[in-house]
Amino acid sequence: MSSKIRDTKFDFVKHRNKFFAISLALIVLGGLAIAIFGLNLGIDFSSGSRVDLQSDNKLTTEEVSQEFDDLGFAPESVTLSGGGDMAVAAFKDELGKDEIAIIKDHFTELYGAEPNISTVSPDVAVDLAKNAFIALAIASVGIILYVAIRFEWLQGVAAIVALFHDAFFIIAVFSILQIEVNITFIAAVLTIVGYSINDTIVTFDRIRENMKFEKKVKTFEDVARVVNKSLVQTLARSINTVLTVVFAAAALTIFGGEAIRPFAIALLIGLVAGTYSSLFIASQLWAVWKGKQLKKKKFTPAESEV
Amino acid sequence: MVKKGRIVAFFLIVLLLGGLIGTTVMGVTKDIKLGLDLQGGFEVLYEVEPAQEGQELSQDLLNSTVSALYKRINVLGVSEPRITIEGDDRIRVQLAGVKDQNQARELLSTQAELTFRTTDDKEQMSGADLKEGAAKVVFDNNQPVVQVTLKKPEQFANITREISQLPPPDNRLVIWLDYEEGDSYKEEVTKPADEQKFISDPAVNQVLSQNTVIISGPPFQLEEAENLKDLLNAGSLPVKLDEIYSTSVGAQFGEQSLDKTVMAGFIGIGLIFLFMLFYYRLPGAIAVVTLSVYIYLILVVFNWMHAVLTLPGIAALILGVGMAVDANIITYERIKEELRSGKSVMSAFKAGGRRSFTTIFDANITTLIAAGVLFAYGTSSVKGFAVMLITSIVVSFLTAVWGSRILLGLWVKSRALNKKPGLFGVKESEIDEL
Repeated sequence: MSSKIRDTKFDFVKHRNKFFAISLALIVLGGLAIAIFGLNLGIDFSSGSRVDLQSDNKLTTEEVSQEFDDLGFAPESVTLSGGGDMAVAAFKDELGKDEIAIIKDHFTELYGAEPNISTVSPDVAVDLAKNAFIALAIASVGIILYVAIRFEWLQGVAAIVALFHDAFFIIAVFSILQIEVNITFIAAVLTIVGYSINDTIVTFDRIRENMKFEKKVKTFEDVARVVNKSLVQTLARSINTVLTVVFAAAALTIFGGEAIRPFAIALLIGLVAGTYSSLFIASQLWAVWKGKQLKKKKFTPAESEV
Repeated sequence: MVKKGRIVAFFLIVLLLGGLIGTTVMGVTKDIKLGLDLQGGFEVLYEVEPAQEGQELSQDLLNSTVSALYKRINVLGVSEPRITIEGDDRIRVQLAGVKDQNQARELLSTQAELTFRTTDDKEQMSGADLKEGAAKVVFDNNQPVVQVTLKKPEQFANITREISQLPPPDNRLVIWLDYEEGDSYKEEVTKPADEQKFISDPAVNQVLSQNTVIISGPPFQLEEAENLKDLLNAGSLPVKLDEIYSTSVGAQFGEQSLDKTVMAGFIGIGLIFLFMLFYYRLPGAIAVVTLSVYIYLILVVFNWMHAVLTLPGIAALILGVGMAVDANIITYERIKEELRSGKSVMSAFKAGGRRSFTTIFDANITTLIAAGVLFAYGTSSVKGFAVMLITSIVVSFLTAVWGSRILLGLWVKSRALNKKPGLFGVKESEIDEL
């Protein structure tokens, strides 16, 4: 396998416009999906209450609804999960302390397992999402600064573009598949952000190294050659690393149970997007920008080396 | 000529590490505090409102609220309560493994401000006039009642003198718990006994000058009397608490999540190990050793920090293994490249190590910057995630870069690997002739 990867003749830079077009199309599609379907916000983000029930026996929605009805509650929806022995009841209102007590006592006795109950007013989760986003924006500035010092600031910008590309991608897929978005989703997006930066920097590092070996990098074609060479050289690493992380995320998705599944799915999607953007977007973006920078420089020779 | 000493040293180190981990890992995992999503429990986010008008929410006020809450939780016997102040007006309470969740919620959010009022709701005396920590449950005709002790008996004498002179039915002393502006005795008294908001309304027929007062309640159950006593002794809250977010996880749910996630973790990590062994051979085996050490160290550091392991935390840990593997993969791929270019095992190891170091360094520092910002600006679970990320970056740098290099170095320097690129997963045919 490794020798095949090493000898790949694939030109990563030549087809850049196709990659950009694919990403752009997906982003537009994702944007449309978000605009049309919105996100399936869990109660963390929309006010209300959620009751998770578990039973030793198979449940039916009618049975569960009836139980709530008898208690004097009218859940907005009741859905079954976990192969039929779990049920989720959603309420539009925030259940009060006393109501929670009644529900807990009733179902603990009935099904022999204490239900999970969450209530929330939406500003808590919205605050958290806002907070995460602001922190991410500040972190981006920090990353660009560091990359500007160690590499080139253009590469920093390309890395940030890749980062937001990946984060957006997860959100879009969650919108399309209507998977419930809760607070752990934020953690998943942040994990992917971390992975995406890591992945992009590794390829940029190889580009930096190969640029040093090049005697003259004067045109876009020179840049393209270096980028292509670097991507081919790091390809085995890129694939192997994402494979190992995918093993972990896939195991969580398949065996990890209900509570963690949305989180694990977000990771899986993000990993694919992250690898795609590192291989096909980030370096190519930089190559295009660098090419333009070189062209400009050619016509204004008075400018000193950057 | 093979230097067997270094290979022996390698196996000794591995045995030592294995012994250390094998004998202590059970203790370490037992000490790890599980979040409420893994063992059941509940979490409430309160919005703090001043109890009196014009009162300002200062940090001091929030701090004293937190310590009052801790006192109450002690009553519940929860071993690891976590109470944190968030922002300017929020307090988060996390109680894992609490047995009676309903009782706990009630106990937490009650302001527990006791007031003694006339029938037209004028305040005569409040909790501040009671001796602190002196409430107890006594029995009056086999009926549990709560007895409180007064600071100034003469004050009580004055109050009872005035009330006793009023004509019935106004000669009553109404005892309220958490009287709210707008509550009216005259309205409440018309309701059925179990819906009345005040605790009791004894008739006062004479001047009382003793220093204790009995709250007989709307006949108390023993447990109710105990709760009231505990609340009064823990002290009232200086503020009002409104639940704005709450989540509770049943113990069975938590246990199941823990089992499943740990199981998924073993499978995921097992697959990673197999892949490394298959693809990278000897260095892969070393990666398995250093990754095991990585997981162990993360757990140890987690204990040191008294961090609480939550569901996303376990996921981050498993994912962290994947990311720690990256440092190994970068190094090994680099060594393979050097081997293919025709270098000897010794010099490929050196060059590969040196060149991969800057790659790993820059990639880690960049991620660290992101994690650092998330830690500094993030709140609650964003911050928790950042802690996990920073820990795993630092630990993986130690194990995957430094540890892995030492262990592989022992093999390379023993010269046992000379002319055996196959052990690195490199075929003879791939090596360029110089």
